[in-house]
Amino acid sequence: MSLWVIDKQSMAAFVANMSGDYQVVGPVAKGSKFAFGQIKDPAELRLDYNTSILPPKKYLQPPEERLMTFSRSGKATVETVIDAAPTVILGVHTCDLHAIRVLDEAFTQGYPDAHYLKRREQTLLVGIECLEPCDEHSFCKSMGTLAVSDGYDLHLTDLGESYAVDVGSKKGAALLEKYASATEAAETDMQQLNKVLGAKWPRFPYKLEFDVGELAPLMNQSYDSPLWEELGEKCLACGQCTLVCPTCFCFNVYDEVELNLQDGERWRRWDSCQLDEFARVAGGENFREHQAARLRHRFMRKGRYLIEKYGQLGCVGCGRCARSCLVNITPVDVFNDLHSTK
Amino acid sequence: MQSVVATAQEESVYLPVMARLLQVRQMTKLEKLFTLELPGARSLGNEPGQFVGVSLLGIGEAPISISSSPSRSNGTFELCVRNVGDVTNAMHGLEPGDVLGIRGPFGHGFPVDKMKGKDILFAAGGLGLAPLRSLINQVLDERGSFDRVIILYGTKHPSEILFPEELDEWAGRDDVEFHMTVDRGDDDWTGNVGVITTLFPKITINPRNTVAAICGPPIMYRFVLMEMMGKGIPETQIYLSLERRMKCGVGKCGHCQINNVYCCQDGPVFRYSDVKGLEEAL
Repeated sequence: MSLWVIDKQSMAAFVANMSGDYQVVGPVAKGSKFAFGQIKDPAELRLDYNTSILPPKKYLQPPEERLMTFSRSGKATVETVIDAAPTVILGVHTCDLHAIRVLDEAFTQGYPDAHYLKRREQTLLVGIECLEPCDEHSFCKSMGTLAVSDGYDLHLTDLGESYAVDVGSKKGAALLEKYASATEAAETDMQQLNKVLGAKWPRFPYKLEFDVGELAPLMNQSYDSPLWEELGEKCLACGQCTLVCPTCFCFNVYDEVELNLQDGERWRRWDSCQLDEFARVAGGENFREHQAARLRHRFMRKGRYLIEKYGQLGCVGCGRCARSCLVNITPVDVFNDLHSTK
Repeated sequence: MQSVVATAQEESVYLPVMARLLQVRQMTKLEKLFTLELPGARSLGNEPGQFVGVSLLGIGEAPISISSSPSRSNGTFELCVRNVGDVTNAMHGLEPGDVLGIRGPFGHGFPVDKMKGKDILFAAGGLGLAPLRSLINQVLDERGSFDRVIILYGTKHPSEILFPEELDEWAGRDDVEFHMTVDRGDDDWTGNVGVITTLFPKITINPRNTVAAICGPPIMYRFVLMEMMGKGIPETQIYLSLERRMKCGVGKCGHCQINNVYCCQDGPVFRYSDVKGLEEAL
């Protein structure tokens, strides 16, 4: 679609204007790190953030959400609840835009998930191009996620004094028209954009020692690798890797009951295949009893199972799991080790 | 997060419908048979081998296989449930007239049409009879469409025998070859003693014309499969019903995943040749 330019000075007004009609969220400083949060004051917005602790997934699949309310009294009743507010997510990096496409597919395919989809429908994604690697853990270039061609409503690129704005959808075009004072990009803006984009690629290293197209077949032939036992010994089974992952969507479902013991709510919350209860049935059998099997399962989902089912890899190279791992298990090392010992 | 509550016209796949409990029958010390009716006595529309999510509001939800056959629905369906977890424990406290939530039926059941014209060999271990009963009764109700019907049933102890009247009926029929055994007998037990595999020498099989259906505790599959393949039944003609933890029933929550397949959607009934390469299956 068309290309526009917003002056950096007018970004504050853009954010403030949208805030009347939308919940506007984006990266803000949190201690020495960054996190996605509600933008109350446009000055808080940090589009220059390196990476966020949790991915913006939390606005599409919240850590906890209600699925229904119920009443046990009289003729028992149940009612669906969908918590969804019109939301604009600002400053989504390209790795996370790729991850949201995985979530979209997972919650649409087969039985559509009305809770996710209703929220997704009310959410606009404003991406931002990464011009520098966020830190040593990310490997987006290797995973093919350093750029996006669609999957956003608007996409920004920092041109120094202004942002180039690529319009990716009709909703994005309407958002820009209604709330921003943007001007159509001039020839010089186009040239500047090309220059900025062209200059960014050499700054990003390749981290995988092989082409990403080989990842799924590599995982397929690595099922019996001794690496899983080795890492299983090291892994603390804390589940942090799955909590920070932008493509993890597994959940648990549980009921909360009011003190009157009659009314209540059914909730779902993020769950982790790394926790030992995950695959245990009521009779006591646990189908992934050992941590090595659970860790392997996670890497198999990231490198192979999801692409087979949804056509997209379950790893986008954001590096969050590596950053949060207490014993330094990283996907780059795992994939490269498997490749070098295959 | 400021949130707007959109109390939905949108249909959520996670919303149960409230079914009424018509009848409860204590079958053994741990198992009860529940007869349920959906609103308006509408049919559950299940295939043999499928399951439903059973909700006890305030306690939670558990996946339970359907024990009744579509051929005998009469607007009701049956669940044979062992008292073994929070949901099933609460379920065992219910009485006729009580209501409980039902979602489903979900998943792939047994391919009844592909079984027609074949000899059908059933191997049920313990509570594994619950889902197989759905298929057995369906086959018996369409008895003319199948060649031989062979039923093998093994259970731990005579006190744990399920559906005793139906077992007697099957044993009494000329057109059913029925064999059962208990791991350990009691003073009154005069039948076979031993694990289910000890029944295999009692039967003859035309392997190429046989389709087998197995359900039982995890440990049973390996040994029963060895017997069946020892008899020459091709792996493509053996169907297994598997049990896993499930939180959604619709291929999202991840709990039931067996390598790259989902027990809730790709199963719970699998063809052995499709899962034998999956380390986490058996």
